[in-house]
Amino acid sequence: MISYLFLQHYWWIIVSLLASLLVFLMFVQGGQSLIFTLPENDLQKTMIVNAMGRKWEFTFTTLVTFGGAFFASFPLFYSTSFGGAYWVWMAILFSFIIQAVAYEFRSKPGNVFGKQTFDIFLFLNGSVGPFLIGVAVATFFTGSRFSLNYSNQVHWETQWYGLESLLNIRNLALGFAVLFLARINGLLYLINTIDDEDLVKNSGKKLIINSLPFLLSFLFFVISLVLSSGLTSDSTGTVTSENLKYLHNFLQMPVVLIIFISGVVGVLYGIGISVIKKSRNGIWFSGSGTVLAVFSLFLIAGFNNTSFYPSSYNFQSSLFIRNASSSLFTLKTMMYVSFIIPFVLAYIWYAWKAINNSKITEEEMYSEEHKY
Amino acid sequence: MIDNFDMSLVDWSRAQFALTAIYHWIFVPLTLGLSFILAIMESIYVKTGNEEWKRITRFWMTLFGINFAIGVATGIILEFEFGTNWSNYSWFVGDIFGAPLAVEGILAFFLESTFVAVMFFGWNKVSKKFHLTSTWLVAVGANLSALWILVANAWMQHPVGMIFNPETARNEMVNFWAVIFNQVAIDKFLHTISSGFLLASMFVVSISSWFLIRRREMYMAKRSMLIAGIFGFLSSVLVAYTGDSSARTISQVQQVKFASMEALYEGKTNAGLVAFGLLKDTDRKIGNKTVKDFLVKIEIPSLLSVLTGGDKDAYVPGLKDHIDGNVERKIMATPEKMERGKYAQGVLQIYNRARMTGDKEQIESIKGIFKDKDFQTNYFRYFGYASVQKPEEVIPNVSITFYSFHLMVMLGFIFLLIFAMALYFLFRDEIADKRWFLWIVLFSLPLPYIASELGWILTEVGRQPWIIQDLMHVSGAVSQIKTGSVITTFILFSVLFTGLLISEISIMLKQIKTGPRH
Ligand code: HDD
Ligand code: HEM
Ligand code: HEM
Repeated sequence: MISYLFLQHYWWIIVSLLASLLVFLMFVQGGQSLIFTLPENDLQKTMIVNAMGRKWEFTFTTLVTFGGAFFASFPLFYSTSFGGAYWVWMAILFSFIIQAVAYEFRSKPGNVFGKQTFDIFLFLNGSVGPFLIGVAVATFFTGSRFSLNYSNQVHWETQWYGLESLLNIRNLALGFAVLFLARINGLLYLINTIDDEDLVKNSGKKLIINSLPFLLSFLFFVISLVLSSGLTSDSTGTVTSENLKYLHNFLQMPVVLIIFISGVVGVLYGIGISVIKKSRNGIWFSGSGTVLAVFSLFLIAGFNNTSFYPSSYNFQSSLFIRNASSSLFTLKTMMYVSFIIPFVLAYIWYAWKAINNSKITEEEMYSEEHKY
Repeated sequence: MIDNFDMSLVDWSRAQFALTAIYHWIFVPLTLGLSFILAIMESIYVKTGNEEWKRITRFWMTLFGINFAIGVATGIILEFEFGTNWSNYSWFVGDIFGAPLAVEGILAFFLESTFVAVMFFGWNKVSKKFHLTSTWLVAVGANLSALWILVANAWMQHPVGMIFNPETARNEMVNFWAVIFNQVAIDKFLHTISSGFLLASMFVVSISSWFLIRRREMYMAKRSMLIAGIFGFLSSVLVAYTGDSSARTISQVQQVKFASMEALYEGKTNAGLVAFGLLKDTDRKIGNKTVKDFLVKIEIPSLLSVLTGGDKDAYVPGLKDHIDGNVERKIMATPEKMERGKYAQGVLQIYNRARMTGDKEQIESIKGIFKDKDFQTNYFRYFGYASVQKPEEVIPNVSITFYSFHLMVMLGFIFLLIFAMALYFLFRDEIADKRWFLWIVLFSLPLPYIASELGWILTEVGRQPWIIQDLMHVSGAVSQIKTGSVITTFILFSVLFTGLLISEISIMLKQIKTGPRH
C-alpha cells in the first residue's frame, strides 16, 4: 500500500525535477540576454538566435508542464502564490508571451514592428524571465505575507501583490544568481554548438565576466540560507520557527547535501574547463550541475517537515508538502501518469539527436529554409 | 464561502479571461486542423515521391508555423490565469482540475513541441519516414492537448466523479474515469476538434481560391483545395452530428442553458425547433429580467420535442419552469434550490465552528454528513445556490446564447454547402472558371472563425452565473486582488495581443502573396 506521505514526497520530487530542468533549459534565455552584446555582426547574431531558437519550445513547454504539475499536485500553492503575488507572476508571463512569437516573427517580412522590436522581446524575456523566476523561487525560503482562512482562501497582506519580494536582498541575490547562471549556460551552449571561431572565442571571454557576479550572488544566497531560520511544524500541526533550519536539513539529509555539492562542483568544473582548457564540452558539466544544485535546493525547501511556502504574516498559514497537496486519490492517479515521463524524455532525446547531429555553421544560415 | 461581492472585480476578471481565451481560440483551431491536413499532404508526397507535393506541404507548413507560435504565446497565459485570477476556484477544484492540465503538459505539449522542431528543421536531416511520422505526431499531439483541456472544461459544465471534503474545503476526485468519460467531455472533444478541422479546411480552400483568382500556382491550389475540400466536407458532417449530440446532452445536464439558447420561456410539449428567429422584448418579466419573444421565426414543428425527448409529446421545460418550478413535471424551483444550497453551506459553517472550538464529536459527525449520498445528491449539489440573491440570477443572457447558437448552426450548414460545391466544381474541372464562387469562398474566410468563437461564447456565457455548474458562483471564485490590477493587466493584454495579431496577419498575408518557394 502506497502511503499518502510517500506520494506527497514523490510529487515534490517530480516538481523539483521539473524545476531543475527548467533552470537548466533557461540557457535559452541566457543566450537571448546576450544578443545585443555578444555578437560582432549580424551573421553572428543570426547564428545565436537560431541556436537558441531550436530549443526555446522545450524550455517553454517545461515551464508550462512545471506549472501544470504543480497545480495538480500542490494546488494550494498554485492558488496561494499566483493569486497573491499577482504582479511577479504576471511579469514572468508577459516575458514569456513575447518570447513565443519573437523567434518565428523576427525575420519574417511584414512583421509590422520590425526585427529590432522582436530582438528586444528576446532580450527582455532573456533577462527579466530568469531573474524574476529566481526571485519567485527565493520566496520559497524567505516567505511572503499572506494568510489563509478556513476555506483555504488566500489573503495577501501587503498592497504590493508580489512586488514586495523585490525589496528583499536575499530574493534579489537568487534572482541574479539564476540570471547569470542562465547566461553562463547559454554561453557554454553556444561554445558547444556553433562552428564559428570568433564567436566561440568571444563567448569564452564573456564567460569569465559573467562568472563573477554569478559566484558573488550565489554565495551570498547560500550563506544567508544556511544561516537563516525556517518554519517547521510539530505533531499537533503547530507551526514554529526553527533556527538554522536549512543547515539542519542539509545535515539531516546528507544525500541532499552531496547532491548539492556535486551540483556546484559540476557548474564550476564546466566553467573551469571551458576557460582554462578551452574545452567545448563545458555545458555537459555545468548543465548537469545546474540540475543537481537546483534539485537539491527544492528538496531542502520542502522535505524534512519544512514549510516550502512560509507565511511571515501568520506562521499557521504556511504551506507544507503535507497540507498543500492534492488528495491521495489524485496523487496516486497522477503517479501512474508520471510513469510516462521517462518515455517522454527518451523521445525528446532521440528527436534532439536527430536534428542536432551537426553544428550550426555560417553556410547553414544562408541555406536553411526555416531560419529565424 | 463567499465573503466578497465586489462585482467590478469579478467582471474585470471575467473580461480578462474571456479576452485571453478568445485570442487563444483564434489560433488553436487552425493548429488542430491544419496539422492533419499537412500530415495528409506529406503522406501523399512520401507515397508518390512527387516533389510538387513536398512543395505544397511546405507552403502550408510555413503558415502553420506562424500561427503555431502565437497560439503557444496566448496559451500559457490561460493556464496561469487560473491561479492568478481565479485562485479560490483553483483551490476549490484544483484536486480535479489540475490533473488534466498536468497530463496535458506531460502527454501532449511535449509531443507537439518536440516533433514540431523535427517537422520544421528536419527536412534535410532525417529520413522521409521519420519526418512524416513527426508530422503525424504533431497532429496527434495538438489534438491530445485539446482533449485534456476540454475534459477540464467539461467538468465545469457538468461536475462528476468527486466528493466535497469539509476539512480541506475542496472537492476531491474519487473517480478519474468518470471525469474523463463525462458525456459532456466526449461531446465537447469531438465537436471541438471537428470544428477545428472544418476551420482549417476553409482556411486552405479560401487561400487556394485566391491563387485561382490570380491564376497563380494553379496546380498547387487545386490539389490543396481537393484535399481540404474532402477533409472539410467530412468534418462538416461530423460537426453537425456532434453539435446535435452536444445539444442533447445539454438538454439533460444544463437545462437552464438549454432553455436559454432556445429562448424558450414557457415549457411545452410539441415544441418546435426554431431554425431562424429574431428576439424582441416583451412587457412580461421573470423577477427583474425582461422576457423576450420572437419578432419573427421560422420553426420546424415538434422537432425540438422529438430531438430532446424522442417523441413529439415530450415536454421541453422553459426558463419559467426552472425558476418557479413545475410540480407536475418534477422540476425543482430555484428558491428551493437556494434553500438547499444554504442548508449545505450552513452545515459547513457548523463544521468550521466546531473546528474552532475543537469539538471532535461534532467534527466527525459532520464529516459523516458530507459522505452521505442523500446529502450529496439533494443538498450539496446545490451548494452554489447559497450565493444566489434572486432566483432570476441563474438565467444566463438569453440574447447572447440564442443568437450565438443559431448563427453557429446556420454557418455550419453554409460550410457544408461550400465544401460540396467546391468538390463538385473540382470534379468537373470547372473550378478555375467559377470566379464568383471563388470570390465568395475567399470572403468566407472569417466565417468559420466567427462560428467557432460563437460556440465558445455559447458554452461559457450559457454557464453563467456559475463557474462550476450549480456548485460555485463566479463571484466566489475570483482572486482577492485589486480591481485596478486586473484592469491594468486587461489593458496590457489587449494592447499586446492586438499588436501581435496584427503582426501575425500581416506576416501571413506576405507569405501567401509570396507563394510557395523551393
Ligand atoms: C478549462 C476551462 C475553460 C476553457 C477550455 C475555456 N474557458 Fe472560457 N472561461 C473559463 C474557463 C474556460 C472560466 C475560467 O471558467 C471563465 C471565467 C469566469 C467564468 O465564469 O468562466 C470563462 C469565461 C469565459 C467568457 C466570459 C463569460 C462571461 O463572463 O459571461 C468567455 C466569453 C469565454 N470564457 C470564452 C472562451 C473561449 C473563446 C474559449 C476557447 C478557447 C474558452 N472560453 C475556453
Ligand atoms: C483555459 C483553457 C486553456 C489553457 C489553460 C490552455 C493552455 C495552453 C498552453 C499553456 C499552451 C502552450 C503550450 C506549449 O508550451 O506549447 C497552449 C497551446 C495550445 N492549446 Fe491551449 N489552453 C486552453 C484552451 C485550449 C483549448 C480549448 C484547446 C483546444 C480545444 C487548446 C488547444 C491548444 C493547442 C492545439 C495548442 C498548441 C499551440 C497552438 O495553439 O497553436 N487550448 N494552450
Ligand atoms: C452544424 C450545426 C452545429 C450544431 C448543432 C452545434 C451545436 C453546438 C452546441 C449545442 C454547443 C454548446 C456545447 C456546450 O455548451 O457544452 C456548441 C459549442 C461549440 N461549437 Fe457548435 N454547433 C454546430 C456548428 C458549429 C460550427 C460550424 C463550428 C465552427 C466552425 C462550431 C464550433 C463550436 C465550438 C468551438 C464550440 C465550443 C466547444 C464546445 O462546447 O463543444 N459549431 N456547438
